[in-house]
Amino acid sequence: MTVILNEGDSAGTTGAASGSPIDAAPEPDKAMTRGRLVFLRFMRNRLALIGLIIIVAMYLLAFIGPLLTHWSYEDRDYAAFLQPPYADHIFGTDNIGTDMFAQTMRGLQKSLIIGLLVALISTTVAAIVGATAGYFLGVADKALMWVVDLLLVLPSFLIIAILSPWFRGKSWWLLVLMLAAFQWMITARIVRGMTLTLKEREFVKAARFMGQPARRIIAKHIVPNMASLLIIDATINVATAVLAETGLSYFGFGVQSPDVSLGTLIGNAAQSATTFPWLFLFPAGFLVVFVLAVNWVGDGLRDALDPTSTRGRKREKKDTEEKAA
Amino acid sequence: MTSSEILFDTPADPVVEGPVLQVEDLHVSFPSEAGRVRAVRGLSYEVSPGEVLGIVGESGSGKSVSSLAVMGLLPSSARITGSIKFQGRELIGRSDAELSKIRGRRISMVFQDPLSALTPVYTVGDQIAEAILVHRGGAVSRSAAAKRAVELLDLVGIPNAAERAKAFPHEFSGGMRQRAVIAMAIANDPDLIIADEPTTALDVTVQAQVLQLLETAQEVTGAGIVIITHDLGVVAGFADRLMVMYAGRAVETGQVDEIYQQPRMPYTLGLLGSIPRLDVSEKQALVPIKGQPPSLTDLPPGCPFAPRCPMVVDACHTAEPPLIEVDGSAEHHAACIRTGEIAATEAEGAEAAAEIFGAEVVEDAEIAKVPREQRETVLELDNLVKEYAVNKGVVFKRRVGTVHAVAGISFDIREGETLGLVGESGCGKTTTLMEILGLEKPMGGEISVLGTNVSSLNSKRRFEIRRDMSVVFQDPMASLDPRLTINDVIAEPMQVHGYGKDEINRRVPELMRLVGLRPEQLSRYPGEFSGGQRQRIGIARALALQPKLVVLDEPVSALDVSIQAGVINLLEELKSKLGLAYLFVAHDLSVVRHIADRVAVMYLGKIVEIGEVDSVFDAPRHPYTQALLSAIPIPDPVKERQRERIILTGDLPSPANPPSGCRFRTRCFLHASLPPEKQRTCIELEPPREVQAPDHEAACHFAQIRQVL
Repeated sequence: MTVILNEGDSAGTTGAASGSPIDAAPEPDKAMTRGRLVFLRFMRNRLALIGLIIIVAMYLLAFIGPLLTHWSYEDRDYAAFLQPPYADHIFGTDNIGTDMFAQTMRGLQKSLIIGLLVALISTTVAAIVGATAGYFLGVADKALMWVVDLLLVLPSFLIIAILSPWFRGKSWWLLVLMLAAFQWMITARIVRGMTLTLKEREFVKAARFMGQPARRIIAKHIVPNMASLLIIDATINVATAVLAETGLSYFGFGVQSPDVSLGTLIGNAAQSATTFPWLFLFPAGFLVVFVLAVNWVGDGLRDALDPTSTRGRKREKKDTEEKAA
Repeated sequence: MTSSEILFDTPADPVVEGPVLQVEDLHVSFPSEAGRVRAVRGLSYEVSPGEVLGIVGESGSGKSVSSLAVMGLLPSSARITGSIKFQGRELIGRSDAELSKIRGRRISMVFQDPLSALTPVYTVGDQIAEAILVHRGGAVSRSAAAKRAVELLDLVGIPNAAERAKAFPHEFSGGMRQRAVIAMAIANDPDLIIADEPTTALDVTVQAQVLQLLETAQEVTGAGIVIITHDLGVVAGFADRLMVMYAGRAVETGQVDEIYQQPRMPYTLGLLGSIPRLDVSEKQALVPIKGQPPSLTDLPPGCPFAPRCPMVVDACHTAEPPLIEVDGSAEHHAACIRTGEIAATEAEGAEAAAEIFGAEVVEDAEIAKVPREQRETVLELDNLVKEYAVNKGVVFKRRVGTVHAVAGISFDIREGETLGLVGESGCGKTTTLMEILGLEKPMGGEISVLGTNVSSLNSKRRFEIRRDMSVVFQDPMASLDPRLTINDVIAEPMQVHGYGKDEINRRVPELMRLVGLRPEQLSRYPGEFSGGQRQRIGIARALALQPKLVVLDEPVSALDVSIQAGVINLLEELKSKLGLAYLFVAHDLSVVRHIADRVAVMYLGKIVEIGEVDSVFDAPRHPYTQALLSAIPIPDPVKERQRERIILTGDLPSPANPPSGCRFRTRCFLHASLPPEKQRTCIELEPPREVQAPDHEAACHFAQIRQVL
């Protein structure tokens, strides 16, 4: 993890004497807050912006899309079994005559929500638990790390499978919480280790000696300095969560029929992927585009939060060169 | 060094007449995103056998790059032109394999950081033996090389060399590591030794040892030495000739005495004026060189120093001045069109610098005129003790020892006063600071801040006291959160203490101006500032709550000398303007003499001498203070050569197992010279702190004044 920590260190050695081109942000009269600066830097990253637009568009599509077709994901068209895409069923139909577009939209809704929520919850829990354990040490550290170790040795798949009869018919929230509960431990351990080193840095000491309470130090100094790690972790978690949900759904423990998710759709269509490609390609395509977009946004956020990143700067220079030409 | 004849009696290589190293019109440039960085631009110099050439300049002046070019150690992306002749043979254009035969054998190098210069997984002895075997593999057997490694370690003054040769680098202290590196450098009897900032990472006492060792190494090998440094004080007594570099070029060269006494280039003047002097008791004005070295990508025409030069005239911007002879001396050259006018000023050396750069002595604060006894006490330590347990075992921890980090120290600081706390690394300075700043009940003794005993504090009161006490750290890189903008950094203490938004927005730019920075830079990140600027930001943050006491933990030791002067001046100015009290922790005594009113010298968790700064420095009573003072170089070659150095032997004993009686006795030269019955007093009785003069106490059984400056 030293790689990420060193970003802050290298900040020290570079800018110093070179009189480097300072951040390309326009010089305002008034000092900008961190939030606004991060926003500006994020907006300058074209790929991240595209990713963000894709994610927003997918959400809109997932929730507005079903209104555009008269088919519902539960309806069956007994006149069309396994039909390739045509005007009435724009994504085709499956072997029992369900409209694939309606199903894909419904699945997208579920997967988008599950993927993002699980990633968000598990990364947040990891950051809080890891930073708390690493910062306070002592009893808090022992207790939290005991929980982490316990959860790590438990077979998560088995637990969810055993508990699934209990949450059958209950809200899908329970599934989200279960998935998140088993995804945060390794990150929490890494976060704890990084906290131990960050804690000894002088700016954390300075904050402590000015009377900053511990929880504010964690929120303001420790977690932001691990942003790179956490963001990468969150983007990976999105994909992991969607895939975990797929696996569970495949065995009948996750999203329950007749409800669908991208996972169940892909699982069902996997065998017939070559013979009836539309059953597989549409859900899989949406999954790939979604995960890709999340990664772009993640990269953009990381660069925006990281003051040593030069991506914004480089592009700025190219622009001026183009103008000159 | 009787062993030297035995060690180096191998017949020398055919003696080559003329200089060992001849560099002519050397240019080095690197590609970068912003264009080619021309790090060295037309550098010429020579080193004769047995001569010591000092290369001086700020960071980024190209001094290290030029010597790496001599060693052939630059990355392949570097473009090198010109000529580097070693003993008459051209080095530029040779392959790496050819250069490897010369490197380490004929030319050797001593790097700045001795820890990264040694491989952590091999023993020190093996590494030195390797240096021999690489070049003389056929002629020298493995066991002979190992034997010679031990001899070399002995030569560089490592006690118990045969044993220590089997130790790993991490088991050596910093000074010992640098000795081992020097042993490696002289292992093959080189003709040229390049030392790149060899003492910058070391304590002053160790610095003196290493410099002396380099001198020995030079006597033994007869090699020419190139010593690179940013501190003119270091090379005053050691170098024969000096070359001052700026923006990739030599701007002044000459004999050491000439340069120190008659500097003819404003930059040299500035460097000289920026060093605080240990041997001057009256307040002198330090000369900060404003601004930063220019970017080496596209230099504007004219003198590169012009933007920072106090003597700049229009003619300076037209063409870059060449090195010309000055004062009719064939040796002394300077690159300035106004050398004549500098020569015309009456003052010499540093005084001329103060005159030309217009530096002024800061007036004392109002509060400082009130007699000390009538001023409020802002901090009082009474017999403070801090110990750490040394534990062993994984499951069942058992205590195997105690580190006595701070063993009962007492001092007080009054309003508007600066106390300098000095000592080598590991003496407990930082532990003391952390105890004070922690505001928790100490393990032993008492701490009172502004008259309040910290043992009795509840959390609300503790929070209130934090407002009156702030801290500036040593490392300007680590003390600012790299993820916060400067605005957020400076605003943080005010947010913590519940200042209103409007008040914060008003006060942050005000603080920026107070520390000499432009408020327009507030939305930048710390990474975009230089070290000196970052330290100023750290100071602005410390002053945000208008504290009464500022604790400064080595605030200038990580900075270049010219930048250091600016920060010291700022601290003095703020003290006078705001009536602050400082607790100034440092290992550099000349800085302490410059800024402090009183000084406390710490050794192994105890204060051995404390008192008014002039009294302690002019008439030191404790042998440790005397040794510390004598280790500090004075930027005056004449004085420096006449001085008698007290070199402390060995390193600081472990605080887990301090010597009985007087803790300093194991390294004390006074103790060693005493008759046995008096020595027993040192061994058995711990010396109490006794008054030696008004406001001057020392803890030595046989305290006596010894002039060391």
